[in-house]
Amino acid sequence: MRRYFGRKLLIYGLTFFIAATIDWMIPRFMPGNPVQSLLSRSHVAPDAVPALIAYYNNLFGLDRPIWEQYLSFWGALLSGDLGRSVYLTGRPVTDVIMSAVPYTLALLVPAILLSWWAGNSFGAMAARRRWLDNAALPIGYILTATPYMWLAIVLAWILGFIFRLFPISGGYSYALEPTLTWTFVGSLFSHWFLPFASLFLVMFGGWAIGMRNMIIYELDADYSRYLEALGAPTRLVRKYAFRNAVLPQITGLALQLGVIVSGALVTEIVFSYPGIGKLTLAAIQNEDYFLLQGIFLFIIVGVLIANFLVDIAYVLVDPRTRVGMSGRSA
Amino acid sequence: MNDPERISSAVPVGAAAPDRAPIQPAAPAPAPRPGEPAAASGRAEAVGRRREILYFALRDRKVLVGLGILIVFVAAAVVGPLIRPGDPDAFVGPMAAAPSREWWFGTTTFGQDVFAQFVYGVGSTFLVGLFGGGLAALIGMTVGFVAGYRGGVVDEILNMLTNVVLVIPTLALLLIAAAYLTARGVLVEAVFIGLTSWPWAARAIRAQTFSLNTREFVDLARLTGVPSWRVIFGEIAPNMGSYLFMTFILLFGGAILIAATLDFIGLGPTSGSSLGMMMYNAVAWSALQLGMWWWFIPPGLGITAIVGALYVMNVGLDEIFNPRLRKM
Repeated sequence: MRRYFGRKLLIYGLTFFIAATIDWMIPRFMPGNPVQSLLSRSHVAPDAVPALIAYYNNLFGLDRPIWEQYLSFWGALLSGDLGRSVYLTGRPVTDVIMSAVPYTLALLVPAILLSWWAGNSFGAMAARRRWLDNAALPIGYILTATPYMWLAIVLAWILGFIFRLFPISGGYSYALEPTLTWTFVGSLFSHWFLPFASLFLVMFGGWAIGMRNMIIYELDADYSRYLEALGAPTRLVRKYAFRNAVLPQITGLALQLGVIVSGALVTEIVFSYPGIGKLTLAAIQNEDYFLLQGIFLFIIVGVLIANFLVDIAYVLVDPRTRVGMSGRSA
Repeated sequence: MNDPERISSAVPVGAAAPDRAPIQPAAPAPAPRPGEPAAASGRAEAVGRRREILYFALRDRKVLVGLGILIVFVAAAVVGPLIRPGDPDAFVGPMAAAPSREWWFGTTTFGQDVFAQFVYGVGSTFLVGLFGGGLAALIGMTVGFVAGYRGGVVDEILNMLTNVVLVIPTLALLLIAAAYLTARGVLVEAVFIGLTSWPWAARAIRAQTFSLNTREFVDLARLTGVPSWRVIFGEIAPNMGSYLFMTFILLFGGAILIAATLDFIGLGPTSGSSLGMMMYNAVAWSALQLGMWWWFIPPGLGITAIVGALYVMNVGLDEIFNPRLRKM
């Protein structure tokens, strides 16, 4: 087990190192010059340009040797300094992101956990009954082929615009101040529901199909046939099949995290939900590169932590990882 | 995660689906009969097997439905621009008109023809899928074959690389890369997507290569002293051809979804139109609040139909290549 986690942590550490390095490299080595584009947007008098370029290069430390820039980047990063947001008039990037993170987590965590649980249960059930299977499979495939933002748009249009059941914009009513009252909590909830529902539905389809396919394979495996041949009740065979089929689904959850996060980003944009997604859009539209780079690092760190949590869950569920049988494969 | 044993066992490739949950190609086609080199199996038999596949393909409802939908969209992408020639973003019609006989899909707030944008967007969707998915398949195959065939240190290094790229969220990487590129085309977007979405394919192919590696016909080929690449492309690859093809289909669909996401955040191609950008514009200009459903329904429906058709076709192909699944 120590080896398993050791190896995982090595990979995650390496990933973070590479991701941070990319984060540092891209503005410096991509075609185009961020300082130039900053100036070209702000209508400076032509003869002041060289002086301003020198000023900004000095300000951002772009005139120092490359290796020194790299080292100071890591120094700042490790002390939590991600620079300042240009578009939000100089607020520290870390603060800006931190104020958006709760909204994104409030969407993502319940959506991921509930859809995983519901999708797997439903998929296992569908594999059992033919009529349910025939009905569930097409729906599952359609849901999983739907782009996140489109389902969000459709839900917002039908439930929000036509039936006026839910608000379709913002994190809470614009008429309210954030306070701890029931009205405010109610407003939070009604604004939260639609983005949550659209994330939930797309993921639900994927898990249901995956579970259904996996169960069918497991029921075909030798151990299932053997159990059947011994005359074990179907319920018991199914139970074992389910336990084996759940393992790849946990692996799948880890692999899907990146996609799920990007799904959450676009869903937030549809609903103007004040999380990381909306912030990303604002950063792109205002060409706020510090903010964008900070968001990038935040997403990476978040996904790495989530991956690690999934690894722990895997160890809890799969006894083989505990006794070290998977030493080679971990 | 990262459990190759799990993958190489007959079970489908974990849940390592490219873009969403586990709709993976199942075990590879049981093409190689034991001890029989595929390359030397004679032309007649190859033709026989191709006939057999074609026979079942033309009778599989899933394949036919999927293929039918795809053909309709390809036709739309090819014929559409001929019906509505000119710049799809040009301001040609009345503002915010609902669909009518003259404007089939209506017009945008600015009087752009939604139908013209749609068919153009479908075209670029296929382009992104083809090139992005193709590049990802190419990288995934190369890494997977080399890692699986060579093993040892090479495998360790490639596996580490695969795992690292696998963990990095594709979109986050694309976000930062695309934001700094001031001129982006559909092809640039496709290249970016291809460069970031190959890891799961590499892992799956590596596992398959491992399991084929120990077969007698591969050993035999190795004994004759032909170079590695010829063993890989002559003996190993043909025996998982169906698997590779299905991997490509899933990468194709995945690339389309990633591109749509990227376009929707406003980092799509800087010139031209795409389905994701149509949705971006529709949301940005409050089509939702104005109830202009004809602006945002077609693009999303198009993507869903194309990707869904690919997935369904994939399931059908799986049944054709794996006779065991056929009756399901």
